[in-house]
Amino acid sequence: MKEIVIISGKGGTGKTSITASFAVLGGNAVITADCDVDASDMHVFMQPQPYYTADFYSGQYASIDQDLCINCGKCKDVCHFDAVRVISGRYSIDKMDCEGCGYCTRICPAHAIRNINNHVGWWYISKIKTSSKMVHARMKAGAENSGKLVAKVKNTAREIAETEEKPFVLIDGSPGIGCPVISSLSGADYVILVSEPTVSGLHDLKRVYDLVQKFKIPVGCIINKADINRENRDKIVMFLHENRIDHLTDLPYDLTFTKAMIEGKSIVEYDNNILMKILNDTWKTLIKKLNYPE
Amino acid sequence: MKISIASGKGGTGKTTLAVNLAAYLALEHDVILADLDVEEPNSGLFIHGNKTYEQAVYRMIPEWDSEKCSLCSLCTEVCAFHAISRVHDDILVFPQLCHSCYACSELCPVNALPMVQKKIGTLKQFESGKLTLIESILDIGEEQAVPLIKQAIQFADESFPEETIRIFDAPPGTSCPMVEAVKHADKVILITEPTPVGLYDLQLAVETLQALQKAFVVVLNRYDIGNSHISEFCRDKQIPLIATIPNQRKIAECYSRGELLYHTIPEVKFALDQILEYFHIPLQAS
Repeated sequence: MKEIVIISGKGGTGKTSITASFAVLGGNAVITADCDVDASDMHVFMQPQPYYTADFYSGQYASIDQDLCINCGKCKDVCHFDAVRVISGRYSIDKMDCEGCGYCTRICPAHAIRNINNHVGWWYISKIKTSSKMVHARMKAGAENSGKLVAKVKNTAREIAETEEKPFVLIDGSPGIGCPVISSLSGADYVILVSEPTVSGLHDLKRVYDLVQKFKIPVGCIINKADINRENRDKIVMFLHENRIDHLTDLPYDLTFTKAMIEGKSIVEYDNNILMKILNDTWKTLIKKLNYPE
Repeated sequence: MKISIASGKGGTGKTTLAVNLAAYLALEHDVILADLDVEEPNSGLFIHGNKTYEQAVYRMIPEWDSEKCSLCSLCTEVCAFHAISRVHDDILVFPQLCHSCYACSELCPVNALPMVQKKIGTLKQFESGKLTLIESILDIGEEQAVPLIKQAIQFADESFPEETIRIFDAPPGTSCPMVEAVKHADKVILITEPTPVGLYDLQLAVETLQALQKAFVVVLNRYDIGNSHISEFCRDKQIPLIATIPNQRKIAECYSRGELLYHTIPEVKFALDQILEYFHIPLQAS
């Protein structure tokens, strides 16, 4: 089983549209994992029917029992996250600011503080339109710890793929280079970076590549909207060449990305022969690189 | 006035709006633009100023002092993040897991875990006329963006007079880094696009801002490419939709070169004027 992670550094480069296309092209050979748990969007393309739903708890938050509190203020003194509020002379904890370190709970002389498990969201295993399966999640608004939820989604997809002997796990990662991205990269066999020939695209590609390098995973790149700026496109190609990153393909600037999405379809299901052909060839190149017979 | 520009989905035009709004306002007003997308900051690619300040940014982590340690293991018990463990007669600290709560350090009976600085990124300040850009950039491999975002906002608060207009370019998503970048704002502008993904991510961002009790408005980018679901959603929820920006290949091309748009694209200038009118910020140039 091979794990392919698709990330982009910069948001809005077409990462999820491309992942959805590969999920459709791979069909039954692919278990999909939507690890962009902050803004999970694969469901728009895959029409998942969840058959398993679970709550996800991560970390804790502190809560003060007003009946026991003696108003000594020690909790406020020790909190390094400014999470303790004083409202009309009474102490309380702002859940949004609490990191769940438990320091206040431990030192409260009146034992008035409890740690409560933090319900951060839900995760699902679903049937999708390719007749294969997808693991995805939904984080509660403003929740923390998305890295752990990413690990849960990814590991579940991996277990399903192993049990069902599927050759591929396809992972839609999140933008950025922080904890959710790091979590989605661990244990991957191949990383696809989706970039665009803009000053931001190039800048973010270099940063995300610096991160990926630390994991020593083979890397390929798809340049989307390649024709909006030839000069920057060539700079990206040069960068790929210098760093021995596979240049998987270029995609033209094309409103099909949006049109297909509005109909809940991936690009390869929409009537556009150019993009369909390019993505089909790219998927074939990719699975060949991973030593899978066509 | 503090305005955060955020979006659930990435790539909807946050940075485009932030840099253009800030530069346009700076034609006449003192403006600070703080790029809080510290994982992938891009504002500096569009604002070309002179660098006037640079500093390393640190967070605090415990460092084990083997001489003082009595091996009581209290620290391993105290740490809620499993960032400290004892292996035989050694105490190991895992900086990536540490949340800098100080509990291990301050509760250690023999002071064997003093807090020390660990570099997590760099803060730079650039000046271009009336516009000051504060750019914070997270070191590669660092997982936690929040401490850096916090310090960038604090730096802006401490270094400039309160009446200076502040624009925060927030990171995408709705988790802790985004929350940190919007929670100090007087008003949040959510920028989105009229697609199913744009709508879904907007709903998540709206829920987050409601939970934070923040006032917010919506700007619709590429308004002419998709469907009408965003405007219907805003109408139903009584969220002010204060400006729209069309989809144009020319905008994508100017953006790709790192150019500001309000001089060359009249529709962008018009959208900025609508935003300023909403915020009652006067500008002769408008």
